[in-house]
Amino acid sequence: MITFSEQQLKVPKLARPVYLVTAGQSKFDRAFPGKRTEELCVDALTQAAELINKTPAELKKYIHTCYYGHFADHFGDQLLGEAVIHDRLGLDPLGTIGVKTGGATGGSTLWEAIKAVASGYSDCTLAMGWERMDEVPTDEGNFLISCAADKDWESPLGHIYTGYYAVMAQKYWKVFGKEEESFRKTLAEIAVKHRGYARFNPYAHGPMKITVEDVLNSPIVAYPLLALDCCLMSVGAACGIVCDEKTAIELTKNTKNKPLRIWVSAGSHTLRPADRRDMDIPLLPNETADQYKDLGERFPGGDRYPGFTGFLAARMAAWYGYRMCGITDPMEDLDVIELHDAFTISDVQTYEDIGLRPYGEGRDFVESGDCYHTNPKTGQPGRLPSNISGGLIGCMHAVGATGIMQVFEIATHLWNRWGEIHGDDKRWKEFDREKPADWTDLQVKDAKRAMAISHAGVGSHVTATILMDPDNLLKEDA
Amino acid sequence: MSMFGQVYTKNNQYKIKGDFHHLTPNQPIRNADDGWKLMGVTNPRDMTYIHSYGGEAIFFESLGQGKLMATRCDNPDCEGHGTVYQPFRIHCMDCLRKCTVFDMTDLAKKSAKIHTFMVCERSGAFNILNTPIKFINVEFEGVDTILMSYLSIGNPEIGMRVVPIFQTLNPTSTILDLSWVPDGTAEKELPEGFSF
Repeated sequence: MITFSEQQLKVPKLARPVYLVTAGQSKFDRAFPGKRTEELCVDALTQAAELINKTPAELKKYIHTCYYGHFADHFGDQLLGEAVIHDRLGLDPLGTIGVKTGGATGGSTLWEAIKAVASGYSDCTLAMGWERMDEVPTDEGNFLISCAADKDWESPLGHIYTGYYAVMAQKYWKVFGKEEESFRKTLAEIAVKHRGYARFNPYAHGPMKITVEDVLNSPIVAYPLLALDCCLMSVGAACGIVCDEKTAIELTKNTKNKPLRIWVSAGSHTLRPADRRDMDIPLLPNETADQYKDLGERFPGGDRYPGFTGFLAARMAAWYGYRMCGITDPMEDLDVIELHDAFTISDVQTYEDIGLRPYGEGRDFVESGDCYHTNPKTGQPGRLPSNISGGLIGCMHAVGATGIMQVFEIATHLWNRWGEIHGDDKRWKEFDREKPADWTDLQVKDAKRAMAISHAGVGSHVTATILMDPDNLLKEDA
Repeated sequence: MSMFGQVYTKNNQYKIKGDFHHLTPNQPIRNADDGWKLMGVTNPRDMTYIHSYGGEAIFFESLGQGKLMATRCDNPDCEGHGTVYQPFRIHCMDCLRKCTVFDMTDLAKKSAKIHTFMVCERSGAFNILNTPIKFINVEFEGVDTILMSYLSIGNPEIGMRVVPIFQTLNPTSTILDLSWVPDGTAEKELPEGFSF
């Protein structure tokens, strides 16, 4: 049984307000035979500068410290790749550090960048993430990813990380999904939705116009996970610029970007799922202990928490994050979210971990239509649109960049610039991608608050990045 | 004549002999769409690492001897006193004191059952298990954690009773020396080199 001390449950507080002023990203793809990693990072930083009408050189003059997210040195075959990028971006001799937390690397990089500003150490920081996953064939890539599992206890078992996660998917499928065909169809709807939204995103690596039947007929990877349930393996870079209030106002003066308040919280859990011990469910502000009293009766086998069905790290990131900035009900308080949909079923698990639905009822977030930009059942705006970028399934998973890409995406909604940035014909042409004839502006109207969940593998690290329009805060002293 | 890299320890130092890396020339990567211009280069590399099991060595050694070792926190002052760990943990998760090592082979034979599983059709490079791989997570009575391993015979189901088998003939000295079969499996059905 895990218990928490009072000190461990301290609600985090930033020492001063922190703002996201701009962000940028490169094109994402399976491979870039014609570009070095630094070129992708330059693309991302250049876009961040352009969104606030600055040249990269002008923006760089504001940056005081730099935080680089790059998960796998062995993928890029370059130890201290962070130092290479820092050098190539011409940011020497500023202070810099590399961040590695698996799939959550992007979110963790932002976590470090905001703490530097909140503490007063820096007034403006760069958070840049990337991954180079095209330097080895896919099976060797799978081997390298499996090295993130325990090298003695897990990796030798097939050298396939998907398998280590998939046992959790299986448990969720059996216990909460009850092996129902209708649930399998719901999972397929997520794959259709994310690949479909990716069609309107010029940066996206995996857009597809597919049906539920296409997903259900795709090859089995590890049942119930089918090929089209799984995320992409991508190359690309993304960055964000984080500032204190004075610098944020100065940098965004006479631009379309409004500085956005930013908070990042984090949680962790055992690297090996095998080490998970039973505990009480840490409750979010919109939950009560009573609602879980009969969880094991309603879902036989579901009474072991977190067991192999929940991500405690995601729950703790939400636990800290919501209290930090005053969220009492994420369904009511947030307008748009990006989740770490490594697999369709992990997307559903996350709905529960972050309180969009109670444990055991995650599928309803999809089946109700709440997760869509436009609810297919009502034709009205979805209550809380998720993964409009296409997510990891449709847009990209270039590990170190993923969590920052998510924040770039939600920020474009809060800046009311989603259509401008994703619909730009020049960008589609520059990326050598064909803009669909039915391209649709997926701007979430009047979006004021948003969240991105950055998540590592079987749930060893998770961050929650929350953005808010400063005129629409939920807690004045946050 | 090359020789696999081999290592032993003496006086608390590694003693190595044989080849720990192999040289393969770089090859250019050229663009077939643009006059075969140079795009990059391959970087072949074949290396052998030297890895210590440290305090877990007894666990991996015991597998080849047909025993499943676990650990338990016996620190009376620890809030997790009595916690039993499988996977084997050198130190208690709560108090960080060294745990007591004990043989749980009989407990595993009597109480092991599948908590969850996955049949995985694919594998990564360097995999030596047959595909599909039947990943299983095994729970035991009185054990607080849930061991990950693989099923060698039959099809897994949640709640299925299983028993451990061990590669006692030519053990690999890795976690692969431990596998599981459905309770009631006959010895003659076991994979080559494995025994109960």
